[in-house]
Amino acid sequence: MSHDDGLDPALLRGLTQRRMSRREALRVGAAGAGALGLGALLAACGVSGTRQQAAKNKGKDWAKWWSQQHKTGQLDFANWPYYIDTKHGKHPSLELFEKQTGIKVNYEPVIQNNAPFYAKIAPSLKAGQPTGYDIIVMTNGWELTQLIDNGWLIPLDHSRLPNFFKYASPSVKSPNYDPGNRYTVTWQSGLTGIAYDPTKTKRKITSVNDLWDPAFKGKVGMMSDNTELGSVGLLKIGVDPAKSTPADWKKAAAELTKQRDQGIVRQYYDQSYIKALEDGDTWITQAWSGDVFQAQNSGYPHLRFVVPEEGVMSWHDNCMIPMHAAHPVDAIEWMNFYYQPKIEAMIEDWVWYICPVPKAREIIANKLGDKTVANSPLVFPTAEMESKFHDYYTFKGFHDYNEWNNTFDPIIQS
Amino acid sequence: MEQHVRSDHPVLSLGLRKRLAPYLLSFPGGLWLLVFFLVPLVAILSVSLQTGNPIKGYALTWHFSEYVDAVRTYHAQFVRSFIYGSISTVLSLVLMYPIAYWIAFYGGRHKSTYLLLVLLPFFVSFLIRTLAWQFILADQGIVLGTLKSWHFLPQSLHVLSTPYAVVAGLTYNELPFMALPIYVALEKIDPSVIEAAADLYANRTQRFLRVILPLSSAGVYAGILLIFVTNTGDYVSASLLGGPSTTMIGNIIQTQYLENSNYPMASALSTILMAAMLIGMYLYARTFGTRSIEEFV
Repeated sequence: MSHDDGLDPALLRGLTQRRMSRREALRVGAAGAGALGLGALLAACGVSGTRQQAAKNKGKDWAKWWSQQHKTGQLDFANWPYYIDTKHGKHPSLELFEKQTGIKVNYEPVIQNNAPFYAKIAPSLKAGQPTGYDIIVMTNGWELTQLIDNGWLIPLDHSRLPNFFKYASPSVKSPNYDPGNRYTVTWQSGLTGIAYDPTKTKRKITSVNDLWDPAFKGKVGMMSDNTELGSVGLLKIGVDPAKSTPADWKKAAAELTKQRDQGIVRQYYDQSYIKALEDGDTWITQAWSGDVFQAQNSGYPHLRFVVPEEGVMSWHDNCMIPMHAAHPVDAIEWMNFYYQPKIEAMIEDWVWYICPVPKAREIIANKLGDKTVANSPLVFPTAEMESKFHDYYTFKGFHDYNEWNNTFDPIIQS
Repeated sequence: MEQHVRSDHPVLSLGLRKRLAPYLLSFPGGLWLLVFFLVPLVAILSVSLQTGNPIKGYALTWHFSEYVDAVRTYHAQFVRSFIYGSISTVLSLVLMYPIAYWIAFYGGRHKSTYLLLVLLPFFVSFLIRTLAWQFILADQGIVLGTLKSWHFLPQSLHVLSTPYAVVAGLTYNELPFMALPIYVALEKIDPSVIEAAADLYANRTQRFLRVILPLSSAGVYAGILLIFVTNTGDYVSASLLGGPSTTMIGNIIQTQYLENSNYPMASALSTILMAAMLIGMYLYARTFGTRSIEEFV
């Protein structure tokens, strides 16, 4: 058929086919607008970064800032559970502080773990708002580094901390995660080693390799915290975690995967690992030093904590003042008060982690008459033990951190 | 007189008021849903398509491959969650239907007491109840320890850290949500209907299968919906009662959000879980539900 009759096919189509109705046009338009609107809405939900405060703090004269602060008579203190002396539901060291200084302390043991607590306070700090706490306690690690790098901590006024410089153990002075103690002072330190029940294992445990012993199949407890798990894997392959590389992480992960797939691991535990050991669900487990000491003194005297020959991870929980805290002077006054040997001894005799004040030992031994604590190498480590201490790997950025998570998380959460 | 004035000069005409009424009535609820349901939903959808890191921030880049990564890395946990969710739903149906049936038809004047007894354990915090199971099922605990000391069970046997413990925990924790809707549905059945079936020579089995069961299907439907959706997304049972290979998708989402600050991955996983459940529920509703759920509600 020819088109010589001059009828354009497009016109023909237009004449014969149904045209778009007004309603349809509206519908299409509305759908288009909706899609665009949704797109804009989605784009508006971007999440901002966390470094704005650090930029604002640059060049700030903190000495002048401190000189303008005043004591308020109040202190809001966030700490971990069971981490201060307690008697009949009260805290004698805090009461003494209240009596001597007139500062009222609101003590809240609300910190269960570093990452969730960081996730809780980060939105306030990012928005430039106070967290509601004047002192928080965080372990050295990714979250603490973020708090420092984001400019979310108030640099400490060292002139107000004479006791720290006088009494603190060299092991907590100027640590690698906070050179010069610019932002933090240690609350307590601890070890991540191995705990076991000799009545079940029937032999002495000395090495990280014992966690891989097929004889303990289904009775080995490992930690669900991927820093702890990865670090023990690195010790197993003979690498110092602090100096490890992503290639080492892969090798360590392979060892840990093998351990899991052979059915040796009972479970990856959080704080409940100690209960599992007490109940006999596990015979040998990764463990924090203070917990084992507390268990020994509360009905499980047969449990043992060992510093394995390959080494032990040592960590520090630190006090710090978050940005925009309402009572910074009261907070730093507590930090200074805490570092007196007398006060440290009161707290240490109850907490049983590693004491940051060596002089507290005499007071615990003589004045408080508690030889068990004073002579425990888990509270006052020996030089031989200290030679086996290892630091955690320090993440060089989020990429690094993410790679660690992606290497070790699949072992814990399979 | 006043009446007259009012009808003469209405602020809004009667017709308009009638047409506006339903919108005004649904406004508070609608606003609530918009703020607490739609806004977070859009935010999650958005974050799942963003790239970046918590330090520099995240921006929308329509990074759809997050979804591919999510499925590729965590398909095992997705499948496991649906399996655990299904098993625990079926178990609670099998366990709770007879109880609801008994209370509805044989409870007599103590019906509310029996219902209260079903609910009673749930006055205790959900977390404490799960931890109590951890205590009861411990290797040397009151159950296994005793049976082992009598040599009924081998020493090496353990229940905690196995899929059985997780499914048992999931089932236990949601039992009343199955019992209550079924009870309500059974309770509503007019006894004369059953009598009529008996008059027409239906035996006990026929009366149950052809009269009672169909009439209670709305309750069963609601119970299944409530339990399956809750249990598939649960993470507490797996983390407290489970072991190295019982991780559910809820545990992964929690870790990615709270531990690793990997928001896009967590959001993508949440979106996939929600989409999969919505599709599943839609198919389920098309096959069994719609009419009866409307009737029930």
